[in-house]
Amino acid sequence: MIIKQLSVFLENKQGRLEAAVEILASAGIDISALSLADTADYGVLRLLVDQPALAEEKLSESGIIVRQTRVNAVAMKDVPGGAYGILRLLSGTGISIEYMYACVGRVSGEALMVLRTDDTEKAEKLLEDNGFNNVSPQDIYRI
Amino acid sequence: MNSASLEYTDRESLKAIQDERLINTVKRSYERVECFRLRMQEIGLIPDDIHGTEDLAKLPFSYKKDLRDYYPYGLFAEPMENVARVHASSGTTGKRIVVGYTKNDLEMWADCIARMMREVGVTEKDFVQVSFGYGLFTGGFGVHAGAEKIGATVIPISSGNTANQIQTMIDFGATVLCSTPSYAMYLAEEIERLGLKDQLKLRIGIFGAEPWSEEMRGKIERTLGIKAYDIYGLSEVMGPGVAGECRFQNGMHVWEDNFIPEIIDPDTGDVLPLGATGELVFTSLTKEAFPVIRYRTRDICSLIPEKCPCGRTHIRMHKPQGRSDDMLIIRGVNVFPSQIEEVLLKVSGKEITPNYQIILDRVNNTDTFDINVEMSDAFFADDIKSIEKTEKTITEGLRSTLGIGAKVHLVNPKSIVRSEGKAKRVIDNRQGKI
Ligand SMILES: [Zn+2]
Repeated sequence: MIIKQLSVFLENKQGRLEAAVEILASAGIDISALSLADTADYGVLRLLVDQPALAEEKLSESGIIVRQTRVNAVAMKDVPGGAYGILRLLSGTGISIEYMYACVGRVSGEALMVLRTDDTEKAEKLLEDNGFNNVSPQDIYRI
Repeated sequence: MNSASLEYTDRESLKAIQDERLINTVKRSYERVECFRLRMQEIGLIPDDIHGTEDLAKLPFSYKKDLRDYYPYGLFAEPMENVARVHASSGTTGKRIVVGYTKNDLEMWADCIARMMREVGVTEKDFVQVSFGYGLFTGGFGVHAGAEKIGATVIPISSGNTANQIQTMIDFGATVLCSTPSYAMYLAEEIERLGLKDQLKLRIGIFGAEPWSEEMRGKIERTLGIKAYDIYGLSEVMGPGVAGECRFQNGMHVWEDNFIPEIIDPDTGDVLPLGATGELVFTSLTKEAFPVIRYRTRDICSLIPEKCPCGRTHIRMHKPQGRSDDMLIIRGVNVFPSQIEEVLLKVSGKEITPNYQIILDRVNNTDTFDINVEMSDAFFADDIKSIEKTEKTITEGLRSTLGIGAKVHLVNPKSIVRSEGKAKRVIDNRQGKI
């Protein structure tokens, strides 16, 4: 399933991450996944939340640079080799993966794999055709 | 002697004219302008001590502050009944300033602009669209009079209302456009976007009143299919037309029968050797209502000693690089915040310059040079690789523009401290460190 992820710019300074999370918490927004990629100076925080539009609005209002990104989400059995199957499927198709991260899904025993590729639509089709169409919106968003 | 032949007169004859006019200007100012007389008396100088341009450096400087202190008419050398017009500029800081012109002054001003226009090919057959603002600002009326003097058809549209500017340009068949370079750029982009270039008859652009780069010139020329020329001036000295480019587009001729330029060290006030970069200073030779003697423009540039292939003997000046108040010396290199702004603007591709701050320090005898740039939507990307690429583009752009390396740091938006709404651009911690 294609889902909306929020990407947030954070300068590497104490308190920046807390500040962003705090804004979301006080707006009653639930964070279901969080991943941080960083360098010495700054990082990009990637978030899956239950109300992406509201979260984007609240963060922007506070002067935080935030952008919605479309990513592919796949549920995996939390067993060895789970990620390998997805990677093998994508390799050799011309789709390149910019980054990926895993997080614990809401269904127990399952992990959620989030993929950012250079062609989200094509990747989604490929995943669907191979039986990876297995995430329900309820797992991500408040519905 | 008519004014056109003066453009080509040999240096010796030109000096003789300057000597006579300088002596006269000093004498008149001493008799009529209190501020100048007091400054002369302070250093024990009388007009008879000035025999020609070789004595110029003995004369005291004058400053923008003088115009504020003697606001509005205190520096005029003519009674108000002889003053035909006033112009004023507000500036971003402080009280506004007022300047005045007699009929002869206005005539001289128009002549300076007409010289440049003629040189770059404007004739009585041209339609000159003046998109400089008309009003207290010197741009509109100044250029207007020059174009009229040539006998061209003037379209006095003033600034603003882009759609109307473009429609007028097409309907009235404008062949010459006069405006600020940034507005010309904006018009060019709009014309390109609307696909109207084929309907234009434009062939010449005369742009000035603000700094612009050679890149901008190239872009305006290509987009509009014109030749773009630089014009320089400031209202304290006269207005646009103190200097202007010839068809060779390589420096602006200062009309030396009316103005003497000097380049000085802004800190010591010493005159620098010809060709050196420093603060530009002007002395007027023919102005009646508001003569200026060694007026400190705060603009930093250099004069060009070589003879111009156009045959004019009047010296050329390079486009000012920035204001002396803003100039930084980092590892021995002159750096202007405006150069940094130019790079940031280019990388962001937006009309608004991203907020930034320069931090200077000294470690082991060497200046450190860091620039914090606030992250903006234009620079942000979802992945680190793209952000690093943007950072690298900025760093490389700065290196090629400034000639020295700076460390660029992308920081949180609004994290650069502002005071009274304006960000503090430079933090210099080098004082007293070795
Ligand atoms: Zn020339």
